[in-house]
Amino acid sequence: MDRRTVLKGLAGVGSLAATGGLSMPAHSQGAAARTLRFVPQANLANFDPIWGTQYVVRNAAALVWDTLYGLDATLQPQRQMVESEEVSDDGLVWTFRLRPGLKFHDGEPVLSKDVVASLARWSARDPMGLMLKAIQNELTAVDDRTFKWALKAPYPKMLLALGKNSTPCAFIMPERIAQTDPFKQIPEYIGSGPMKFAKGEWVPGAKAVFEKFADYTPRQEKTSWLAGGKQMLVDRIEWVVIPDAATAAAALQNGEVDWWESPITDLVPSLKKNRNINVDIADPLGNIGSFRMNHLHPPFNDVKVRRAVLAALSQEDYMRALVGDDTALWKPLPGFFTPDTPLYTEEGGEILKGKRDLAMAKKLLAESGYSGQPVTCVVAQDQPITKAQGDVTADLLKQMGMNVDFVATDWGTVGSRRAQKTPPGQGGWGMFHTWHAGADCVNPAVYNAVRGTGDKAWFGWPTSAAVEKEVTAWFDAKNLDEEKAAVKRLNKAAMEDVVYAPTGFFLSYTAWRKDVSGIAKGPLPFFWGVSKTA
Amino acid sequence: MVSYILRRVLSTLPVMGIVALFVFSLLYIAPGDPAAVIAGDQASPADVERIRQGLGLDRPFLIQFGTWLWHILHGDLGTSIFTNLPVSAMIAQRIEPTFSLMAITLVLTILVAVPLGVAAAWKAGSWIDRTIMAFAVFAFSLPVFVVGYVLAYVFALQFEWLPVQGYTPLARGFWPWLQNLILPALALGTVYIALIARITRASMLEVLQQDYVRTARAKGLGQRNILFVHALKNAAVPIVTVIGIGIALLIGGAVVTESVFAIPGLGRLTIDAILRRDYPVIQGIVLLFSFLYVLVNLMVDVTYTLVDPRIRY
Repeated sequence: MDRRTVLKGLAGVGSLAATGGLSMPAHSQGAAARTLRFVPQANLANFDPIWGTQYVVRNAAALVWDTLYGLDATLQPQRQMVESEEVSDDGLVWTFRLRPGLKFHDGEPVLSKDVVASLARWSARDPMGLMLKAIQNELTAVDDRTFKWALKAPYPKMLLALGKNSTPCAFIMPERIAQTDPFKQIPEYIGSGPMKFAKGEWVPGAKAVFEKFADYTPRQEKTSWLAGGKQMLVDRIEWVVIPDAATAAAALQNGEVDWWESPITDLVPSLKKNRNINVDIADPLGNIGSFRMNHLHPPFNDVKVRRAVLAALSQEDYMRALVGDDTALWKPLPGFFTPDTPLYTEEGGEILKGKRDLAMAKKLLAESGYSGQPVTCVVAQDQPITKAQGDVTADLLKQMGMNVDFVATDWGTVGSRRAQKTPPGQGGWGMFHTWHAGADCVNPAVYNAVRGTGDKAWFGWPTSAAVEKEVTAWFDAKNLDEEKAAVKRLNKAAMEDVVYAPTGFFLSYTAWRKDVSGIAKGPLPFFWGVSKTA
Repeated sequence: MVSYILRRVLSTLPVMGIVALFVFSLLYIAPGDPAAVIAGDQASPADVERIRQGLGLDRPFLIQFGTWLWHILHGDLGTSIFTNLPVSAMIAQRIEPTFSLMAITLVLTILVAVPLGVAAAWKAGSWIDRTIMAFAVFAFSLPVFVVGYVLAYVFALQFEWLPVQGYTPLARGFWPWLQNLILPALALGTVYIALIARITRASMLEVLQQDYVRTARAKGLGQRNILFVHALKNAAVPIVTVIGIGIALLIGGAVVTESVFAIPGLGRLTIDAILRRDYPVIQGIVLLFSFLYVLVNLMVDVTYTLVDPRIRY
């Protein structure tokens, strides 16, 4: 019997016990009513959202640091710290005015100089920021509440860049903190967001605490994702890191925590049976499973081999390995962009549709001249999503007649090995697995993995002039129709060149106790509007 | 004795140095890169390299080791790559939960295992002996996490007597502190109870067959007196040895237990640090554990002289 089987069994039994009418323990009641106890998806190991770009850091940072704009549920950037903006007729000069009364947690007012320093630090790390920096004439504070960004060329996606939720977000910090080298950690965690970070209570790997910032003035609009009025209805939020999924499930059932961000799929059925717990889809933008083939070295430097793999792979196999038999949680994805978002397209995705063609895959493989050299498939076993995908791929490649060198390791090793450009036999790699948050795949600006800039591209280093031409076309697009047309062509080109292999679109659940309300579906946990009655 | 203890303590220093060099070298040659972990999945290779440079990880091995050793000699365990917090502060933050768990486990183990072993030896061959030994075999075969889940299900989910996870510092009261530790200590202690009960039984059986025990019985000494005053003291050397080894093993067991019960102790800190390649934290913990290991061995040696006057250093 393995560990997973044991935990599933016990969590299931635990749930049955709870549905059987057992009362909840006393420690879930009373004094904790104004404290929300939240189990995040991962440990908050550092707290600089520009230096470290993990999602969990971004999610915590969204409580502490505010942004100039915030993306709403329709994926449109809305004003947040900004009161108004103007762009010159030639599109070269953007002038922004901050809304009055903004304060940092140390009591100091938020001034333009703080924004300028923050944007300078952010733009050294963020892909859209780097684009802005490359065409920047000057970024200056005009007065305490006004700042100006003068460019050498128009940048129509300016507001999206400042409001996007893909990491790193353009969080605003005090000038003295924002002047920290972007490749070094900040020393203080002072923001102007709705919650203050209680650094003294921080136990990295175990607990992070946020307290309500009394001087925060929310916008008056209705809240929508990162936009609108961020009304805090609890005084204190405790992030409780529980590394073991069965323990997290038991803690939620026992009332020791209120909200579990990412329950593993195996435990969801038992949580659903518990009358005190709500379970729902966490993020409608979901995730895109993927594996990346190394375009620099044989055999995947040959597009025929990459296409052979696409022709043979079954996205259903991958999705069932990832999320089990819950068909509500996944769908096939014959494309690269997030389903049900404006730019979604299946243009050129025929190779991923219909019956899987192993014979054609073998034929393409033979035509490529593949002669049995090992394919180094690097798989992070400590990440269930990558492990499940890696197992399916290894089987697929074997069926195709490829010689698989399966390297089972941990994510830290994959992270360093995938950066190696040397051939697989000399420390490099042939393929690795990962997944992309759907929120990062809604347009080309925030979507590193789909780019084909060769040596400068994301790991795997695909070169695709056709893809890059359409990325430029999308940036230059003047309206949504032009954007859609560019992305259609981009999708087709990316599929033909197989920049990477999408393994399907999948959703995940979130679970919370029924005395908590106001939890919104979105690409990150939003705490504003969340209240607790017990 | 004092000079012996001093010599032993001083001798730990080179041992710790060698262990530190070994661990540092292992980490250096092992695959994995903290910069890649920090940068996240979407980072570019250039970003990862800049972070490596910022952390000083691009410097030659000898310079990194020398710098680290220099800091250690000045009482500075360094700064965590990830949290930017001093390693000593991180260890200090985590030491209480782990030591509390180990202390409760140890007390529980000795209180339960030694009487069980003595009883089994006293009633050797009887149903009492067979029951205790059957329990010992069964308990010894159970993985800590299985025991942990079962205990959590029964005492937390079913009866709702105890919490499933977490840790409350002793400063907030004895009962709040203890209630978080009972289940993990039981889970962690089960295997040690089984082990020490078996060793106690075997050791006691050997002693109970000695001539002096027969003499004591012939003199009409009571059973309790024979067992706990005469026999147990002479059977104590192997028991103390196993308890000493057990303390060292508890460190390893604590890693799993702390994960299952979400206790923010050194075990979890170690796992997190290894997965993230947080080198200064790993090195700091290894140094601490090496020191503890040597210290436990020393305490065991000293205890020998107390329980058996024939042993002298």
